Amino acid sequence: MMTNPNGIVTQGQFSFLPPLTDVQITAQIKYALGKGWALSVEYTDDPHPRNTYWEMFGAPMFDLKDPAGILMEINNCRKTFPNHYIRVMAFSSVRGVESPTMSYIVNRPKNEPGFSLVRQETDGRNIRYTIHSYATDKPEGERY
Amino acid sequence: MTTKLPSDKIDIQALLKESHINEVLDELDKDLVGLVPVKQRIREIAAYLLITKARLQLGIEAAKPSLHMCFTGNPGTGKTTVALKMAEILHRLGYIRQNHVVSVTRDDLVGQYIGHTAPKTKEVIKKAMGGVLFIDEAYYLYRPENERDYGQESIEILLQTMENHRDDLVVILVGYQDRMSTFFKSNPGMSSRIAHHIDFPDYDENELLEIAKLMVSAMHYNLDKHAINAMKAYIQKRKQQPHFANARSIRNALDRARLRQANRLFNDAIKHKKETTAEDLSLITEADIRASRVFNAGLDDGLNAKKA
Repeated sequence: MMTNPNGIVTQGQFSFLPPLTDVQITAQIKYALGKGWALSVEYTDDPHPRNTYWEMFGAPMFDLKDPAGILMEINNCRKTFPNHYIRVMAFSSVRGVESPTMSYIVNRPKNEPGFSLVRQETDGRNIRYTIHSYATDKPEGERY
Repeated sequence: MTTKLPSDKIDIQALLKESHINEVLDELDKDLVGLVPVKQRIREIAAYLLITKARLQLGIEAAKPSLHMCFTGNPGTGKTTVALKMAEILHRLGYIRQNHVVSVTRDDLVGQYIGHTAPKTKEVIKKAMGGVLFIDEAYYLYRPENERDYGQESIEILLQTMENHRDDLVVILVGYQDRMSTFFKSNPGMSSRIAHHIDFPDYDENELLEIAKLMVSAMHYNLDKHAINAMKAYIQKRKQQPHFANARSIRNALDRARLRQANRLFNDAIKHKKETTAEDLSLITEADIRASRVFNAGLDDGLNAKKA
C-alpha cells in the first residue's frame, strides 16, 4: 500500500478513484446486466489482498433485468455491515462456468489502518516478507 | 410559479407522439374484442399518466403517481393480455424502465417453512424490479383459515416494497372479483396502496364468436358458414356448463377441432385415397366442431364422456 496515495485498500476496479456514487454504481450494474452477467454482493473484514473468497451476501442474482434490484441488495448489505468492505461482482457464463468479470468495492470502513511489513529472517541471511493487516489483529467482527 | 413564461407551455400532442402510446391503445382495441369498460379505463389511465408526465416536466407535480393496479374478473377475460399491454404503455411513458412483466403465483412468493418466505419474495421482487410484477390469483396469498400461514409475511414484504420502491416497481394483482374483495377486506393496507381497480366483465356470446373468428384466422384456418353456426351453438352450450373460462375455453375448443380436422384429413387420404387441397388443409368444417362432447353428453365430470 506504499504506492497508494489515499492510504486505502485498492482491490478490483475503480479503487483508485473516489468512492462510487449510487448513480455510478447503477451505471456499472446496468453495463453488466446488458452483457448478460449475473451479479452478486460480497463482504469481508479481512482486507488482505490474497483474501479472494469473501462472504456472500445472499446468493448471486440471476435473471435480473434492472439495476434497482441489485442496488437494493447493496443497500441492505451496507445497512447490515456499515463498517465492512463490500464489493459487487459480475460473473459471465460464456465459458461454461461462471467466471468473475467485474469486481469493485462499494463500501469500506471509515478508518483503514493499512498493512505492516513483517520481515522473517530465515536460513542464511535470507528474508521472507509478509504483508500483515493491522485490522486482523482483532477477532472477526471487531476489526473496524 | 408564474404562468406567463413561455417555458410554462407544454405540447401534449408532441408528448403523445413521441411516446407512441396511441399505437398500443389502437392495438389493444384491435386485438381485444369487447371489454369496453376496460378499454375505457386503460385510456383514462393512459391520459392521466401522460398529463402527469407533462406536469412533472413543468414541475407542477413532484411525486410520481401510484401505479399499482388490481384486475378482477373471471378466467379467460384477457387480464394477462391487458397487463402486458399496460406494461408497454407504462414503459413508453417512462414510468417503468424495462418493458417486462414477471408473472408469479402464490407458490413463487410463499415459502414452505419458517424463514423461507422472505428470501423467496425478495428474489421475485428483485427480478421484477424496473418492470411489472403480475401476481396471478393474488387472493391465495392470504389464507384466513390457517393462522400460521406464511402468506401474510409475503404480503407485508410486498406492501413495504410497493411503498418504498414506487419508482422501481409496479404491482398488478389479479383474481376473481369476490375473492379479491375478501382479500382486500382483510388487508386494508393493500387496498389503499392500489390506485386503479379494473373489473373485467364476462364476454357475451357474440363477442365469444368474434374471438373464435379472430383466433381461427390467427392460426391460418378458415371456418365455413355451417361451421360458424356450429360454433355459435357450441358457445351457447358451453357457457351453461361448469369450468367455462371465456376466451380460454374457445381456444381449447378450437385446438380440439384442429385435432379432429387433422384426423379427418388423414383418414380421407389413407382410407379413401382422396386428394387433399390447400383449401382442405385450412378448412375446419361443421363436423369437426359438432363432434365435441359438449353437444352430446356434456362434460360434468369428464369421465363418462370419453370422446374429447
